[in-house]
Amino acid sequence: MKIMTCPLNGPRNITEFQCHGEVHQQPDPATTGDKEWAAYIWMSNNTAGVVREWWCHTPTNFWFLAERNTMTDEILATFPIPADGPLGEVL
Amino acid sequence: MVFALLKYGLSKAYPAREEIPRTPDLKSHYDVVIVGGGGHGASLAYHLAKHHGIKNIAILEKGYLGGGNTARNTTVIRSNYTDQRSIRFYARSLRLYEALSNELDYNMMYSRRGQLTLSHSDGVSRSLRLRADAGNFCGEANEIVDRKQIKDLVPSLNLDIKGMPILGGLWHPNAAIARHDAVVWGYAIRACERGVELHQRTEVVGMDVVGDKVTRVRTNRGDVSAGIVVQCVAGYSSVVAKMVGLKLPIRSYPLQAMVTHPIKPFLDPMVSSTALHCYISQSARGELVIGGSSDPYELYNTRSTLELKESLAASALEMFPFIGELKVLRQWAGITDMTPDYSPIMGRSPLSNYWLDAGWGTWGFKATPASGFFLAKAISDNRIPEEIQPFQLDRFERFDLVNEMGATAASH
Ligand SMILES: Cc1cc2nc3c(=O)[nH]c(=O)nc-3n(C[C@H](O)[C@H](O)[C@H](O)COP(=O)(O)OP(=O)(O)OC[C@H]3O[C@@H](n4cnc5c(N)ncnc54)[C@H](O)[C@@H]3O)c2cc1C
Repeated sequence: MKIMTCPLNGPRNITEFQCHGEVHQQPDPATTGDKEWAAYIWMSNNTAGVVREWWCHTPTNFWFLAERNTMTDEILATFPIPADGPLGEVL
Repeated sequence: MVFALLKYGLSKAYPAREEIPRTPDLKSHYDVVIVGGGGHGASLAYHLAKHHGIKNIAILEKGYLGGGNTARNTTVIRSNYTDQRSIRFYARSLRLYEALSNELDYNMMYSRRGQLTLSHSDGVSRSLRLRADAGNFCGEANEIVDRKQIKDLVPSLNLDIKGMPILGGLWHPNAAIARHDAVVWGYAIRACERGVELHQRTEVVGMDVVGDKVTRVRTNRGDVSAGIVVQCVAGYSSVVAKMVGLKLPIRSYPLQAMVTHPIKPFLDPMVSSTALHCYISQSARGELVIGGSSDPYELYNTRSTLELKESLAASALEMFPFIGELKVLRQWAGITDMTPDYSPIMGRSPLSNYWLDAGWGTWGFKATPASGFFLAKAISDNRIPEEIQPFQLDRFERFDLVNEMGATAASH
């Protein structure tokens, strides 16, 4: 069993969580062309290394951010969504 | 016999033929550099050399020939997809597979078994009906079967699974399995006979781009220049594309599978249930090959998890309760390059001499002959054949996806 630490619920079995993909900044829909918008929708960094992602603890529907190494399957840190300021997209 | 044994046993000059040539020194230039020596890379090289007279080709493989997903897949070959564009493409691949042992003079152990996809709900029954009709419309044999027909096809299958009884199924008589290693070995041997160079343990670590062209390919064994570069690296598609500055609509997930110890043959067709996230076939050796759906999060790591193995075992037991005593003999994972529409990315990239063969996810083994055939044609004519036009990267820009999730997610 792999354990993930939820900022709200503490250490839980990772099967209680869902990964919702890498954090990436939504461009402004009003000023973005079709091509760029399509890239935002479909393209992925798919980084081999440290990534910053959205995760959700499904039983409590608590959303948070996690830093994870996709080469070693290590969860490096989990933290609540910052109230303001950047989410920290890893490019 | 006895004398031969003595003669060769005591002599160092054992007459075994070395079919796969040793890795030669790198030349300074190749007309075509293929990154990745899996089935797809080998098939592409073979078709370029055989049909298009392009011989100055290097396949650069960071590990050993066919050691990636080609060696890790569960070898389901079928054409029962949903979209006509896919059905036509995969049907073509199936036909090429049927003739492949003859074409390459190499035994693929191709075995036509038929595939039975089970439905446990009205929703799935409707989607199977759609797949049957779409397939038949394209001339591919498909049939909707009821419980009695299922019982006749697979007498040992438990039809009354608790909570999710089997309502019916899709029968695809032409589905087959083949020996995965033989496919890549066969293509590579015949390609090398035609002058293609296979460089094993040669990792591409970077590429130089000038304007809209890749000019140099850098490897751990030195640099080469190339007229055309094609990437066929499956799970590493995004990593290699990044070397030339490209982002792809791909996410890499592990896909796990396992086999039991061999038992007497009892299961001729392949059986697959999307609701149970499990599919089973029996290999020529008698092992049960069991696979399911992808891991729940992205990873470039082929570790296995107990959760997935437990869930595969639980589903397999629902279908065949009497296999509870069997032992798991081997289990493994491969890294699959998943696209949003469960269809591949073949053809041009935004760079003029850089080509893509990617996004084969959990479904690319069956496409090994056709991807090489059509991509070789595209590269040599510098024109995309109609058959692979729908699978180009630019479909995402046009929001013209080829959605095969329903026909792929758990039966590959
Ligand atoms: C468990 C599992 C079950 C599957 N079941 C099925 C199935 O039943 N039916 C089906 O059709 N498909 C199935 N698939 C999918 C199928 O295996 C793949 O789509 C297919 O094998 C891809 O072939 P390939 O030649 O593109 O990739 P691979 O065989 O993975 O070859 C890519 C090669 O590129 C090399 N490489 C990577 N990076 C570099 C670099 N930088 N430099 C040099 N070389 C590099 C790798 O070492 C590798 O050998 C399954 C996959 C898995 C993992």
